[in-house]
Amino acid sequence: MHLFDYETLRLIWWALLGILLIGFALTDGFDLGVAALLPFVARTDGERRMTINTIAPTWEGNQVWFILGGGAIFAAWPYVYAISFSGFYLAMFLVLAALILRPVGFKYRSKRPGRAWRAGWDWALFVGGFVPALVFGVAVGNVLQGAPFRIDSDMRASYEGGLLGLFTPFTLLCGLLSVAMLVLHGSAWLAMKVERGAVQDRARVYGTGAAIASIVLFALGGLFVARGGMGFELTSAVDPSGPSNPLRSTSVASGGAWLGNYAAHPWMLVAPVLGFVGAALALVGIRGKSEPAAFAGSTLSAAGIIATVGLSMFPFILPSSIDAHSSLTVWNASSSESTLFLMVIVTVVLLPIVLAYTAWAYRVMFGRVSEREIAASHDFY
Amino acid sequence: MDIGVVDLSRLQFALTALYHFLFVPLTLGMSFMLVIMEAIYVMTGRAIWREITRFWGKIFGINFVLGVATGLTMEFEFGTNWSYFSHYVGDIFGAPLAIEGLMAFFLEATFVGLMFFGWDRLSRLGHLAVTFMVAVGTNISALWILIANGWMQNPVGSAFNPDTMRMEVTDFGAVLFNPVAQAKFVHTVSAGYVVASLVVLGVSSFYLLRGKWTAVARRSFVVAAAFGLASSLSVVVLGDESGYTLTDNQKMKLAAIEAEWHTEAAPAGITLFGLPDTSTRTTRYAVKVPWVLGLIATRSVDKEVTGMSELVLKAQERIESGVIAYRALDVLKRNPTDRTARTVFEAHRNNLGYALLLKAHIADPGKASPALIASTAWDVVPSVPVMFWTFRIMAGIGFLMIALFATAFLLASLRLHMTARWFQRFALWAIPLPWIAIELGWVTAELGRQPWAIDGVLPTFLANSTLTPAMLWTTIIGFTALYGTLAVIEVRLILATIAHGPVEDPLETAPQPTDTPALARAA
Repeated sequence: MHLFDYETLRLIWWALLGILLIGFALTDGFDLGVAALLPFVARTDGERRMTINTIAPTWEGNQVWFILGGGAIFAAWPYVYAISFSGFYLAMFLVLAALILRPVGFKYRSKRPGRAWRAGWDWALFVGGFVPALVFGVAVGNVLQGAPFRIDSDMRASYEGGLLGLFTPFTLLCGLLSVAMLVLHGSAWLAMKVERGAVQDRARVYGTGAAIASIVLFALGGLFVARGGMGFELTSAVDPSGPSNPLRSTSVASGGAWLGNYAAHPWMLVAPVLGFVGAALALVGIRGKSEPAAFAGSTLSAAGIIATVGLSMFPFILPSSIDAHSSLTVWNASSSESTLFLMVIVTVVLLPIVLAYTAWAYRVMFGRVSEREIAASHDFY
Repeated sequence: MDIGVVDLSRLQFALTALYHFLFVPLTLGMSFMLVIMEAIYVMTGRAIWREITRFWGKIFGINFVLGVATGLTMEFEFGTNWSYFSHYVGDIFGAPLAIEGLMAFFLEATFVGLMFFGWDRLSRLGHLAVTFMVAVGTNISALWILIANGWMQNPVGSAFNPDTMRMEVTDFGAVLFNPVAQAKFVHTVSAGYVVASLVVLGVSSFYLLRGKWTAVARRSFVVAAAFGLASSLSVVVLGDESGYTLTDNQKMKLAAIEAEWHTEAAPAGITLFGLPDTSTRTTRYAVKVPWVLGLIATRSVDKEVTGMSELVLKAQERIESGVIAYRALDVLKRNPTDRTARTVFEAHRNNLGYALLLKAHIADPGKASPALIASTAWDVVPSVPVMFWTFRIMAGIGFLMIALFATAFLLASLRLHMTARWFQRFALWAIPLPWIAIELGWVTAELGRQPWAIDGVLPTFLANSTLTPAMLWTTIIGFTALYGTLAVIEVRLILATIAHGPVEDPLETAPQPTDTPALARAA
């Protein structure tokens, strides 16, 4: 009936899910990183304004990757949208509260001159950068571990365990990796975007630490997954074009299963290798004062780390740790064939347009930001 | 099923949505007013219009960020609070939300950065194009969200799939061109334009009263008067009552608004005032104007406006049919290949949602008695007094706005708007009124949808997530505190910006002695 069959459409949307998450991490990721670094890399008001204005004109567009991520998961993976956001209810509201501080922080900080006023917004922006970075990582860690939910015969989901249950040594490690990855990306952006001087020097110091931390934490995460017996396996016959009904498939926890895909498909090793090589490249770029190389490195590293998670788990998207018939996979959690097809068409038409005008917006704002320029114009925050 | 959780989830969603919609209408309208003002600047090349655009742009910006901040919560609250809803209708409802992100949010968010930061980096025409894109983006975003909302009111183009236990799309064109969604879109964005027009008109009047910044104020007044008159006419004339005859639930909404307990002979009269009494199902002291309701609602003199009692009888029949679908679905759950059950299900599946209404009273709707079905049928009636009054206040303000903007337009045409102090005072104090009207508009539309989350498909009391009241209280209290604080800050900043006037703020930049706008001298 369509250009693609149902199985292919599901694979396309699984890939698009990854692309959207990577798009979010690569664009809004450096905004989060810069915000988390703000109180540390910039000390005077002039330095802080300069730091903020490296991202002020473009961060809002970047944030749309997050909103689009939510909308696209809703449209293409309604089970995942329904179960993950309600299961992680308090964590989700924590992230939202932190993210809400960003638009107001950017805009309102410059509206009044008081030191306390501005310092208050600087810390609000720090929270708006650090907390989401941490919680996103913790959430990914929980997805890798499997979440404690079950689905009844009406497809209503229920959960065991609260907010604190989300924090285990492994998930905290994932949270820290996420912070390191985004702080690295943020410092690489900052080093590229501010004038040479104190702020850039400090960004390079934090960037160095973040690059090393990324490599160490990513390696530790791999070790946890390999030794900690993490992973799930499908144990029933699967029809990749069957109706989206989790109750009709069965899965079991199976130690080390998350590494199985790499044995079966060695090309997938590209992702973790990129995660390491990218961070190493970023480190070299930062130390060698080659800012574009550093930014390219942090970009590759973040893309590699996120792709590693997706590829390790395939075909699982959100495994249940307590019920064999509730795990969500590429084959049982998607929208209908018609919806997936329509959304592929919409994406193919609109996404290139979005990328084109986003690139144009960056071109208009191209160039390093300096304290003098900010002091001379009405437009900066 | 926990009633506490459902009510708290509704409270949380209502608070988030109503709070979000304090900021959105101003964004919707002001973005287009900025386009008009900047277009005049580009065409005439006169610096005063640049000043005007930048001044209102500053107020737009302070307001815009809170619209964004609160919209973020909305995008995820279907998942966090309405998990079962998200599963049940995500196949249809998710698509407009995703398209909204791709088509609208990227547009407005990317260009809004250039709008504020690009004054010195773009040509005049380039900047105008950027401002236009922001306006287009915000308004397209409203279109998609109202397509989603319109589908909740009139769920066309979809059917229940027993294999996946959810609604799935059958016809996207129908979802897209849903007449309820179209009526709602025009009505809602026009209401936003009225809000923005009155803010500009009211603040300009304030300046004229004080004799300050009159060069900016009198020009802004004229733009607001013209834009506001067109918009206020559009809100009322293209009000979304036209969609109220389409489905049983929309008819019920109309009957509740009019407190029409029984069908009367066409064309029906409109009840201007009265006291709807839910216990006796009558309206006391009703003041009626003949013919008007029939004309508005059916656009005819010979079609009936169905009353609540008749709609309840119809609901009873649909529950009976739904129970048959529910029993067949029970069989299909255990044995998806049972062909008899599938045939029966398909004959009755459009009424499955009505059987789910019984779950408020009995665990298994398949076992409901005829008496229970008859009493449950009355559940489809929303709160009549609330509907009756919220609608009347909203509509009253709507007509008042037409009068206000017609007067403003007349005064401006006669060049009396600089001196008509009585009107300037009135316009200033009227600023809150359209906000009251739009918030009540949402209350009318969404309380009128009750007991349904999706009209005829999924009752609200089944749509929630499996949460605990403690979790909900935590986030409701936390977010009320956060939102409350931010609202206070925003209002103070806007008031400070207005008090400060259209001169560039020296606090934001290093002092520039040469930069004295012509306007400051003129005023």
